Amino acid sequence: MKNTNFKLFGLLSASLILVVFTLSPLIWLIIMSVSSAAELTAKPLVWWPDTIDFSRYSDLLNMDSGSGERFLMALRNSLITAITATLMALIISIPAAFAFSRRGASLVLLFGFLATIMMPPITYILPLYNIFGSLSLLNSSTALAIVYCAMLLPFATWLMKSNFDAIPAELDQASMLEGASTFYTLRRVILPLALPAIAATFMLSFLAAWDEFFYALIFTSDLSTKTLPVAIADFTAGRVTDYGVIAAVGVLASLPPAIVAMCFQRFIVSGLTAGSVKG
Amino acid sequence: MVINKRLEKWALLSPALVVLGLVTLVPFVQTLWLSFTDERITAISKPVNWIGLENYIYAITDPDFIEALGRTIYFTLTSVGIEGVLGVAVALLLNQKFPGRNVLRFLIILPWAVPTIVNAIMWRLIYHPEYGALNSFLWQMGIIPDYQSWLGTPGRALNMIIFADIWKNFPLVVYISLAALQTVPMDLLQASRIEGAGAWRRFRTITLPWIMGPLLVVLVLRTIEAFRVFDIVYVMTRGGPSDSTKTASFFVYQEYFNYLRSGSGASYAVLLAAISTVLISIYYIGARRQAQG
Repeated sequence: MKNTNFKLFGLLSASLILVVFTLSPLIWLIIMSVSSAAELTAKPLVWWPDTIDFSRYSDLLNMDSGSGERFLMALRNSLITAITATLMALIISIPAAFAFSRRGASLVLLFGFLATIMMPPITYILPLYNIFGSLSLLNSSTALAIVYCAMLLPFATWLMKSNFDAIPAELDQASMLEGASTFYTLRRVILPLALPAIAATFMLSFLAAWDEFFYALIFTSDLSTKTLPVAIADFTAGRVTDYGVIAAVGVLASLPPAIVAMCFQRFIVSGLTAGSVKG
Repeated sequence: MVINKRLEKWALLSPALVVLGLVTLVPFVQTLWLSFTDERITAISKPVNWIGLENYIYAITDPDFIEALGRTIYFTLTSVGIEGVLGVAVALLLNQKFPGRNVLRFLIILPWAVPTIVNAIMWRLIYHPEYGALNSFLWQMGIIPDYQSWLGTPGRALNMIIFADIWKNFPLVVYISLAALQTVPMDLLQASRIEGAGAWRRFRTITLPWIMGPLLVVLVLRTIEAFRVFDIVYVMTRGGPSDSTKTASFFVYQEYFNYLRSGSGASYAVLLAAISTVLISIYYIGARRQAQG
């Protein structure tokens, strides 16, 4: 009995350390965002603010304030780019995944797809910059969405393919034997069964697009196209002296992915582990 | 009929092939071509000369590039190595039964969900030399006599960036390991326990080999990702102080967009692609072995 108590104590202390390690930076970020500028520059720091001050959030969410305009525009651009790219990637990856799963397309080709995203983006960046430049597409959400679509496509195809593999082939064979077209079979037989996989693919793709910085840094240059990561990097590049504003921007930018990740944890974890774990 | 099937296969694949071809294959070939030229990014177009291997000869003897490469390898091995050990340790913890375990499993996804740029900024604020939480905390605890310049000291800045990277990315290893741990057969562990094997021995001889496949796959993926590291460095230090955090991707970025040497920059980029190809091949072999079980 003593032994189990001792073990429980060990497990709980290890958990406590883990919780502190995982959460304390985030909690501090939130505290910073509601502390006064004076408290954030005190030495030593004031760990808990005298009054909780939400004014930075109301500024950031107000189109008429300077930082609010920058933040809200970037939020809009990020949403547009990430959602467009994710939808395009899904629409293109589903037929491709079907070809890999049911029409005998070579798996070496699928691996070739995956290899394209494993290359460092720096190997693609300059020609892409020139191509979009000559098409007058630099500094547009379109160019960014196209690049993101290509970035999301291989992983989406692979995830969808491994999910199609789990659907019995008899189902679509039966539908084809009855004379249905491939398109009809895909839409009416396969896709309804693959809905959870589509949801997982959608969310993982969205999170990846939301997070992307390098292409956005190179391809966007003004308020009307800059995505959140680029805008946030700008916030720290000198103009803002109140660290609480930076913290508030960080909290707001983390909310959408954190909410998606926590609400749909089961989907996301199954998507992440698909393929690398069998059974 | 057979021809139709084949046509259909390519029709289904064609949108993906077009997008990937235009956005990755064409640029890659162009970068390769550029790397053999002396092209520069200029307002007035100048004739571009084919200079053969000259860029490459310069690149592989360029001490700054070699150093940037060394730093990138150090960054990659250290962060992925620690993420692996920490990830497995936490997965083992979360695989035990104790009150609060499910809450913990739920919370641990949070660092992974924080965008990379936000993570970089958060740690930059925490490491701040005058107003950072790390300094204040360590000083109040009496651990450091004076405030430290965490990101402003050459030798130290890169390790601080690595810590921030580990914080964000270890949950991925946790989730993969945890999923693998749940497939370890209990009877095997029981049998070993009856034979008198201690916890460490059971872990080494049964658990670890069992989860090794998925673990290696995720670690190779992380390696490929860490090798291209750019964003976290861009925000936290811009490669400084005195280039001590300038990674290979950052080096090429500057060659392109600060020094405007596109030909030379392309040769560095191709060298990085070559190293990545080696890593990707390792991933391919590992993933295939994994698929065949």
